[in-house]
Amino acid sequence: MKLPDKLGKFNSYGGRFAPEVLMPALEELEVAFNKFSKDKNFRSELNYYLKEFGGRPTPLYYAQNLTKKLAGAKIYLKREDLVHGGAHKLNNTMGQALLAKKMGKKRLIAETGAGQHGVAAAMAAAALQIPCQIYMGAEDIERQKLNVFRMELLQAKVIPVNSGSRTLKDAVNEALRDWLTNVETTYYLIGSVVGPHPYPMMVREFQRVIGRETKRQILEKENSLPEAILACVGGGSNAMGIFYEFLEDEDVELIGVEAGGKGIKTGEHGATLCAGTDGVLHGMYSKVLQDKYGQIKTSYSISAGLDYPGVGPELSYLVKKGRVKVKSTTDKEALDAFKLLSQTEGIIPALESAHAVFQAVKIARKFKKNQTIIVNLSGRGDKDVFVVAEEMGIKL
Amino acid sequence: MTTIKEKFEELKKKKQGALIGFVMAGDPSIVETVGIVNSLVRGGVDIIELGLPFSDPIADGIVIQKASERARKAGMNPDLYFKIVKEIKGVPKVCLTYYNLVLQPGLEKFVRDCQKSGISGLIVPDLPIEEAGPLLNFCRQYDTDLIFLVAPTTTEERLKKILSVSQGFLYVVSLLGATGAREKLSECLKPLLSKIKKFSQGIPLAVGFGISKPEQVEKIIKLGADGAIVGSSIINLIEENLDDKEKMLSELENFVRELKRATVA
Repeated sequence: MKLPDKLGKFNSYGGRFAPEVLMPALEELEVAFNKFSKDKNFRSELNYYLKEFGGRPTPLYYAQNLTKKLAGAKIYLKREDLVHGGAHKLNNTMGQALLAKKMGKKRLIAETGAGQHGVAAAMAAAALQIPCQIYMGAEDIERQKLNVFRMELLQAKVIPVNSGSRTLKDAVNEALRDWLTNVETTYYLIGSVVGPHPYPMMVREFQRVIGRETKRQILEKENSLPEAILACVGGGSNAMGIFYEFLEDEDVELIGVEAGGKGIKTGEHGATLCAGTDGVLHGMYSKVLQDKYGQIKTSYSISAGLDYPGVGPELSYLVKKGRVKVKSTTDKEALDAFKLLSQTEGIIPALESAHAVFQAVKIARKFKKNQTIIVNLSGRGDKDVFVVAEEMGIKL
Repeated sequence: MTTIKEKFEELKKKKQGALIGFVMAGDPSIVETVGIVNSLVRGGVDIIELGLPFSDPIADGIVIQKASERARKAGMNPDLYFKIVKEIKGVPKVCLTYYNLVLQPGLEKFVRDCQKSGISGLIVPDLPIEEAGPLLNFCRQYDTDLIFLVAPTTTEERLKKILSVSQGFLYVVSLLGATGAREKLSECLKPLLSKIKKFSQGIPLAVGFGISKPEQVEKIIKLGADGAIVGSSIINLIEENLDDKEKMLSELENFVRELKRATVA
């Protein structure tokens, strides 16, 4: 059966745990998405933007030097870092912004952690000329001044959130409150496969383009499917985007890579699938990081995009089912992979994506030379150079 | 123990609306909660809604979020919560919290703990009717009213579904937005109340979100509601008087007395 079901459930995960004020809006959104995602004009307009504005399709690049160095499987990189804005995020924001326009919504709001989703939302909003406000934790604003400036250049208004831990989780809370107040005129553009139904399904559908291209490309290049596909998991949108097309190809191993932070044992990490338990956060039933009473814990990662104490419900389901395996990469390991890919391939990966690269390096030798593995290189690392330099003890 | 239903019936006979007061348990400290509630009771509150603080209260505005943060910082947790609630007597008690805190100990245990500590009703603002089945069953089993919210955006179809299972009273959200005091009553309220009354078949209607003044309470009752819920402006008084506990208690009592007066026809 195709999931999610009518209640937005992936088996037991997912659903819609939202205040009553929002329930009719979520129903309206679901109806609109189901209508427009089948609409020929909508699809061709979205494809136009993805191609002409976003730069799709992205290459599936053979990482020759890294492959040679490791002397194991052939490693391919799905180059989502080359999408306009520098990450896969635009696939989703363009889709949702276009949907908002079709629904007649006059205003977009979004939350952002590091600012990648915020920038992608601001780009889509500017392209379609819809006013956009972005909620961002005050702590994150301090850490990500560059992205704040980019969003403002793109005419978005960045609103600092000073409540709670002043990070992504609190930005989501604040965006939800805005939506509660302005639900009739405003579209809430969620950045990942999280939140109440229909968001996890909808964002997956907008990100599926990654897997669709990947499948076609790997068959063209290798004439066979890969042994494994690896993707980093924060909320899980790039992972669901590349995995979904391969779910039924049981021989393809799907590996989600989470933020191990300072090590899972230290408690300072963002590895929700590895170490979380079932609970309700931000409108969904999924794995979350929580204490014994159910209070949500603060997550931690060097990479802001993986620093979230929840995860998409469909991933929780796929992991429970055994279809998707999970690993975690520590800050230090991610930094190693960040440098390794820069040096061997001339590609500076986002720290998020570097988490997946590390695990690919780790398993490559288990495979034969004629076998392939694919890493979803979800974003580019320009945004991370300050953090990395600081870790290396270099002052820029 | 007076149930919520009995309380509303009693007030109806007296031609009064119900004044429902909300405070966050553990705000500003664990030991002060009972004293704060008692001052509200002395002021004349008819039903007390006691929040169990959650880390991510998405339906609440900044005032209640900050109260949650103070309470959690003070060490409030579900175990302590039920202990404290037991000490509050002489007024029907309603627990307000988010679904994850109900879910984690197990739905049955949570509802049983409510019953054991004398709680008559439970409000879970992030639990819509579609997901409420399992909790509803336990609430029925342990004589605890599961109280649902209805908003200005609620469709007629949803309204009927919600009313068909509602117990205690119906929590009418007066506006689009989160909790928090507002200067004026929302324009939505009048049409909303008449829409609900078409289907409500006698379940008491209590209006909340944005209610902060006696005039607003009076108007709500005049519009035909059976009760008014006041939260953020009570918490504001707590927040403003953190340094002077005696003043806090007397101001709370006086404020509630004024609000209560406004419910009397």
